Amino acid sequence: MQSITEKRYTDGRPNLRRFHQAKWDEPIIFELSNPGERGILPPPIEDGIRDAVGDVASALPDMLRRKTPLDLPEMAQPQVVRHYMRLSQENLGLDLNIDIGQGTCTMKYSPKINEQLARTPQITELHPLQPEETVQGILEIMYKFEQILKEISGLDRFSLQLGAGSAAIYAAASIIRAYHAARGDTGQRDEIITTIFSHPSDAACAKTAGFNVITLYPDDDGYPDLNALKEAVSERTAGLMTANPEDTGIFNPRIAEFVDVVHKAGGLCFYDQANANGVLGITRARKAGFDLCHFNLHKTFSTPHGCGGPGAGALGVIEALSPFLPTPVVAYAGNRYYLDHNRPQSIGKVRAFYGVAGNVLRAYAWVMSLGAEGLMEVSKTAVLNNNYLLKKMLEIPGVSAPYAKGKWRIEQVRYSWEKLCKETGVHSEEIGLRAADFGVHYWTSHHPFIVPEPCTLEPTESFSKADLDEYVEILKHVAHEAYTDSDRVKTAPHNSTVHRTDQAPFDDPSQWAITWRAYLKKTERGKKG
Amino acid sequence: MRYKVWNMRRRCPKASGGKDALGEPNAITWWLIKEAVRMSENRAIVYPYIPNSVPRVKQEMLKGVGARSEEDFYEDVPEALRLKKPLNLPESLLSECALKRHVEGILSRNRTCQECLSFLGAGCYQHHVPAVCDEINQRSEFLTAYAGEPYDDHGRFQALFEYASMMGELLNMDVVNVPTYDGLQAAATSVRMAARITGRQEALIVKTIHPAVLSKIRDYCAPNLQIRLLDYDAKTGQIDLSALQAAISSKTAAVYFENPSHLGSLEAQGDEIAEIIHDHGGICVVGVDPISLGVMAPPVDYGADIVCGDIQSLGMHMQFGGGHAGFIATRDEEKYVMEYPSRLFGIAPTSVEGEYGFGDVAYERTSFAEREEGKEFVGTASALWGITAGVYLALMGPQGMQELGEGVMQRAKYLMAKLSKIDGVKAPIFAAPHFKEFGVNFDGTGKAVAEINAALLNYKIFGGKSLTSEFPELGESALYCVTEVHTKADLDRLVDALTEVVS
Repeated sequence: MQSITEKRYTDGRPNLRRFHQAKWDEPIIFELSNPGERGILPPPIEDGIRDAVGDVASALPDMLRRKTPLDLPEMAQPQVVRHYMRLSQENLGLDLNIDIGQGTCTMKYSPKINEQLARTPQITELHPLQPEETVQGILEIMYKFEQILKEISGLDRFSLQLGAGSAAIYAAASIIRAYHAARGDTGQRDEIITTIFSHPSDAACAKTAGFNVITLYPDDDGYPDLNALKEAVSERTAGLMTANPEDTGIFNPRIAEFVDVVHKAGGLCFYDQANANGVLGITRARKAGFDLCHFNLHKTFSTPHGCGGPGAGALGVIEALSPFLPTPVVAYAGNRYYLDHNRPQSIGKVRAFYGVAGNVLRAYAWVMSLGAEGLMEVSKTAVLNNNYLLKKMLEIPGVSAPYAKGKWRIEQVRYSWEKLCKETGVHSEEIGLRAADFGVHYWTSHHPFIVPEPCTLEPTESFSKADLDEYVEILKHVAHEAYTDSDRVKTAPHNSTVHRTDQAPFDDPSQWAITWRAYLKKTERGKKG
Repeated sequence: MRYKVWNMRRRCPKASGGKDALGEPNAITWWLIKEAVRMSENRAIVYPYIPNSVPRVKQEMLKGVGARSEEDFYEDVPEALRLKKPLNLPESLLSECALKRHVEGILSRNRTCQECLSFLGAGCYQHHVPAVCDEINQRSEFLTAYAGEPYDDHGRFQALFEYASMMGELLNMDVVNVPTYDGLQAAATSVRMAARITGRQEALIVKTIHPAVLSKIRDYCAPNLQIRLLDYDAKTGQIDLSALQAAISSKTAAVYFENPSHLGSLEAQGDEIAEIIHDHGGICVVGVDPISLGVMAPPVDYGADIVCGDIQSLGMHMQFGGGHAGFIATRDEEKYVMEYPSRLFGIAPTSVEGEYGFGDVAYERTSFAEREEGKEFVGTASALWGITAGVYLALMGPQGMQELGEGVMQRAKYLMAKLSKIDGVKAPIFAAPHFKEFGVNFDGTGKAVAEINAALLNYKIFGGKSLTSEFPELGESALYCVTEVHTKADLDRLVDALTEVVS
């Protein structure tokens, strides 16, 4: 069967979509304000109340009373809706694009039924402090989802309170600190070891939690360096915080030895499972001996990414560390679910109430729709898609997949356009901007760019063979342009909502403008009034 | 059937490490067997969310890459790390219909604040959520986007820039971050920012703080800050200025207080407090409920340097605590801006005249750019709630925010007056102005809050949050919350029920 890209014919040009993103030239919302218009009316105060209490706000002490009028936009409801609809059209959600260019982020389809379920009043209209007997349903879902994660990871106890992945990583670092402190090791164990291809948050959260950070670089083949680890551990080692597979899509086959080395040095081992999508049901944290692990429910477990949250994080630990988990945890007493607040060794509250309950519900529903076999299908398909893409990508001139030569990858690959850049002067970021002209996202890598001119692709199970083919066709075309018409690439995007933005103001305190009011103060426009 | 399984196992690919899969099958081997059997019987499961679960496509792709099966791809996962049998998970509910029935069945065990009359607050609030807020935040383009560039996700950048801009108006400040997780994180980061800006290592926190916020600050600031608690005036609930004078020194990085406080009273000495802090070179950090600012002065007006809080009030459903997002706001000074860990979206010109472009301000601050050398850490937080709060503020406008604030205060005042007429009930606890929350003391009734709340439940009323364990000095007290959703009839219904319950 011909794929859609083979069938498409566009006047002899490459067989690509004649995409153009919506461009509404939409003003900033303050520019749409028309004094006197109202978007919604609050319920009026009833006479019986007004008569009894009078004007309460005017009786506020002077210091507490707002004196300057509030300069918010004044808009009727249709105008507000239209403005945001237009902005939404100027955004490329996963539902619109072949979203495999945002590697490390596990962009996958968020099932609509789960969205519908999470938006019923049975969850949206629950206050977190209601009597426990009135929230048995949501507590049951939290409890059951914890049991699911215990099975997937092999660890003994989970907290679902974490706001997202980095929050879970921070809490893991905090638990490592609390564990050593409880053993009287405070101050002595002040080092956390991580790897350069683990997420930046593994390093940053450890530092924020008070540790010094030792970052291991890979060996020549791109695998975490066991000898470097052996040299790094000491009586100062508090723990190891590492992803596996790493953001290169390479699985560290010596991970159990890594854990062993750190354990022998007296440290704890945290498994950053942001990249769990390729290993569900294949291996799990317990197998390699990890003490803690986390999952991003907005990555592996399909909850929507929401332009950058709310996500949800789940942090799992072995029994010995469970007293340190955030408070409260959900427990089951045989006939009822309850919140256990009595946890004297806990690191305390890490997020408001019990976490992002709606996302726990979505994740639970997602697992229930798949079961154990379905989860395995997710992982197997994600790695199949990735290796299929890898093979097709490597057929494009100028691109390579550094490290682990000739090996298969797990669920993503960090590619390099180093050769193309050397030969054409076109950088990876510019390839991404040109790719946007064909309606897809593209991302380079976290910093620093260890892989030169990087690009990280993660084709999850949500994408079809035709999707993968189309994405590769786009990059093939852009690479070809880089060799034949590099200006076309260097001046991209051409079909986007906006054109190249002047970057200088963003790093200049006299020019940067983080709010509209700051912008007006700093530009001629504002000065003209 | 049995023969078939055996036969399929014979055809199984070799596992990595040279071991024959027949010797010790791992989970994936089991899967392959099962799948092969299913395929041979033409009943392979095709998953609606997984296009390439179609067996023909899968085979085609495997062949295309030269793999015998998916097992090949796991060559780097040693046999010792492999799961030997499939995960033990509940039976799947493959049809959407069955899934819906199952989940709705569980959720039906909840009783909501629509079914019962709720006076719960304490950090999560039942304000009216305009339909437009839900309409916008379920737009697929926003809901399913993530971290795109300003060129393909222009809408997200503009919507979050506008959110920050409208918050800036509400707070009278020029810098507002892309939302962090929640008000807890915003408070904890604000205190750490103050520590970095001043180079000092001590923070004074007023005891009327929300206990969850205090817990978060303790955990988050433990590595480099000493936290000391400040007493409050037992009569007014406001800061004991003499205690502040006694505790503050040139070591103090920040003083943090909430306005309104967790116990509901408004802090009317903000300007004096800020002056004392500034006299000692410290930073005044104020936590605020943004929905109060239609009528109340923004904290910067009485001297706050960093203002933080939670935006759940501004258009998010309660969601059992899932609707939270935090904001941090400061003046537009480099020494403040450079200490934010969060994303900050800025506006700038593009190569086309009159076109607005967006981007990250001072990106090199962040851990995305600098790993452990960045400020704290940044990651996925609560952006969608920021966009929604922007929609909310645009709908409300200045007049809506003012009317809402006035109405809430009037309702709260009405309820306080009515409650205090009940024998043995004191409301409010503190002699101070209040916004939407206030303490109610039941000592005079001889009844415990737990007992009263249990009785109220029979009236389908969720009574206020008990303060007895976290603030034992207040006796049998509860924190009641009133918003614009409460009608006079609702308030009277509570008063009638309480009258019966405590008599």
